[in-house]
Amino acid sequence: MPSHAADLRIGLAADVSSLDPHFVNIAPNIALSSHLFEALTSVDANGKLQPGLAVSWKAIDPTTWEFKLRRGVKFHDGSELTADDVLFSLDRPATLTNSPGPFTSYTKPIVAKEAVDRYTVRLKTATPYGPLPLDLNSIFIVSKKAVQNASADDFNSGKAIVGTGPFKFGGFKRGEAIELVKNPQYWGEKPAWDKVTFRILTSDAPRLAALLAGDVDAIENIPTADIARLKANPKFTLAQRASWRTLFWHLDQVRDITPDVTDKAGKPLAKNPLKDVRVRQALSKAINREALTERTLEGLATPAANIVSPGILGHAEKLKPEAYDPEGAKKLLAAAGYPDGFRLTLHGPNNRYINDEQVVQTVAQLLTRVGIDAKVETLPLSAYFGKARAGEYSVALLGWGSLAGDFALRSLVGTVNPDTGWGSWNWGKYSNAKVDQLVAASLAATEPAQREKLAEEAATVGLKDYAVIPLYHQYASWAVKKGIRYTPRIDEFTFAWQFRPE
Amino acid sequence: MINLILRRLLQSAVVLLVMSLLVFIAVYAIGDPIALLVDPQADQRDIARVRASLGLDAPWWAQYGHFLAAAGRGDLGQTFTHGEPAIRLVLARMPATLELASAALLIALVAGVPLGLWAGLRPNSLSARLVNGLALLGFSLPTFWVGMMLIMLFAVGLGWLPTGGRGPTEPVFGMPLSITGIEGWRHLLLPAVTLALFKWSLLLRLTAGATREAMRQDYVRFARARGLFPARIVGVHVLKNILIPIVTVSGLEFGSLIAFAVVTETVFAWPGMGKLLIDAIAVLDRPVVVAYLLITVALFVAINLVVDLLYALLDPRVRLGSAA
Repeated sequence: MPSHAADLRIGLAADVSSLDPHFVNIAPNIALSSHLFEALTSVDANGKLQPGLAVSWKAIDPTTWEFKLRRGVKFHDGSELTADDVLFSLDRPATLTNSPGPFTSYTKPIVAKEAVDRYTVRLKTATPYGPLPLDLNSIFIVSKKAVQNASADDFNSGKAIVGTGPFKFGGFKRGEAIELVKNPQYWGEKPAWDKVTFRILTSDAPRLAALLAGDVDAIENIPTADIARLKANPKFTLAQRASWRTLFWHLDQVRDITPDVTDKAGKPLAKNPLKDVRVRQALSKAINREALTERTLEGLATPAANIVSPGILGHAEKLKPEAYDPEGAKKLLAAAGYPDGFRLTLHGPNNRYINDEQVVQTVAQLLTRVGIDAKVETLPLSAYFGKARAGEYSVALLGWGSLAGDFALRSLVGTVNPDTGWGSWNWGKYSNAKVDQLVAASLAATEPAQREKLAEEAATVGLKDYAVIPLYHQYASWAVKKGIRYTPRIDEFTFAWQFRPE
Repeated sequence: MINLILRRLLQSAVVLLVMSLLVFIAVYAIGDPIALLVDPQADQRDIARVRASLGLDAPWWAQYGHFLAAAGRGDLGQTFTHGEPAIRLVLARMPATLELASAALLIALVAGVPLGLWAGLRPNSLSARLVNGLALLGFSLPTFWVGMMLIMLFAVGLGWLPTGGRGPTEPVFGMPLSITGIEGWRHLLLPAVTLALFKWSLLLRLTAGATREAMRQDYVRFARARGLFPARIVGVHVLKNILIPIVTVSGLEFGSLIAFAVVTETVFAWPGMGKLLIDAIAVLDRPVVVAYLLITVALFVAINLVVDLLYALLDPRVRLGSAA
């Protein structure tokens, strides 16, 4: 049936909460908005920066960026994209006062903006800031005319959803389904589908059932337990790749008395052993990453030495995953003054990452083998994140996805400082002036090659000091009906135009 | 009667108040929504600004006071993630849940009462024991499992019915309903049967017990003695008398159907209030959780009131208002 061949139905693992592309900065909303709207820059399946609505950009001086807009791009209502729409869209995130997850992180570096002409925009930053083009891939460009007086209702009804993306708004059944139709005027490569339906299937088993029954053609986020079975099923193909999500341990690096570490009798230790780099290294050596990824994660991860995945700016190839070395770990512990080890509780979520609870348990067993009495405590994400951020844990598991190493370092191991905004996810309160300085230099580099070099150096210095203990890069998996091919994305997004009939 | 309604309304207000406090404290204690909502790149200042704009920077009792004052005006707050009034979001999802619960009750009644009658009339027959055994199964099987089995059998295996979701809807008295078309029923059937299973067992057992009881009563014996046809005895005399507890229980259980729908809606991706609740808990969207629970409690209270009034109508011996 040729008419059906052009329809695509996809089962999504998370609900889309708002159709306003600037309202909440969460992955499900961004994924949907990406079909309807575009940004000045875009990111390809491997995480590399590409032209979007801007065909080119350059720093004309250390604090001024100039973006040349693509000419002749039409909004869904037929009007032409101009610099005016771009300026309006970059201003808008800061005007949405009720947004729980504002996009202002990406617009904040901009202190002034001007339209030089209809197709040229200049943006000024207070200090030299190299990642601006990358940041701007997160700000969707909306039609000023359609959005400037629009309410939340106008977005829900589709009236205000006037973008330039490859798809137009088709319909929204809240909590159930979203329909998109092809944008025939799209400037870029046209998607293969006339109509795309996203079904919201937040629970694992029903999502898989919908695929098996043929109610949807593809699903994201396959339940881990079913991956092997799907692989053996000739009716489906799997699209898998290492994603940007890297898992690592945060370690309390400041407090002398840290809540989860005691001696083996349960008495507090005089000094926090995690502050000693030899102890951190010993923990890292005690972890058998090969066994962890092959067995506990059923092959759905690859051992990590970095905090950003291979291929992402700032990934230091020179760093190699720590070799499993329990004897070396014991020696280091003895050298640090803990020949008999100590007692420790590992904390982690139990519903966030692939087999996360088992991962924490496996690591606890590995630590026990080198003399550290490791206990395990896992919590649902909703409770875990709040407590971890409040500093209630000594050793805590976190997974992080980032499109640049310096971004990740800034949030994860940069010295905590409300004035700079650094270290907002630095649960261990790690602080290293050298790392900070290199990250700052990397962020200030407007020359991409230079930035890359500095970001790698910053990562190398921080990780040699065990600012965090990297574990592995997690895989992302999609299941697709035979006859359709999906190019898996490093950022885990599910984009309808990347599905192609075979 | 007026007295009863007034007293009930007053009691309900107290119940709602206590519920709101409990829910508020519970959701407050789970965790910090900001940690889940604010994007990872946000710095401390952004986080503080968002916290303040959502009113989450105040101590819990001040937040609760704020909430109460707004609730008095019928405003249960803005949802964190959807950018809309929470009450509107919950009410928008209510028709789907009511539709599912009503269909489930209907199935439970249509399949439960006649079978119960049958089993009650022949308590010792093999078929009655079989029916009773089935009812026991209905009591003991977990809803999630039953739902998955039905999906695997009828949707994945046989391909007769869809795996989940709601069919196309049409507005009926302003409520979008899917039961107006065949496609809607195809979508409704499996979740409604899953949800009905427990109530079906309950109604079956209730009917069977009441029937057995009624058959031993004097009025049945006299009717028999008068030589009435068995069909008339059962159809008129017995049924009329056992209907009172059945109506009462059905009414009361309707409320719990709405509450139990949470699991069924999750299994079948049914876009009702229950699924909204689960998704809201996952991101700690507190206004939605509070609004859902308060609206559900209000619904419970209203249903109970209607049941009591119906009871009084059906059975004139019940003197409402005189009891403590």
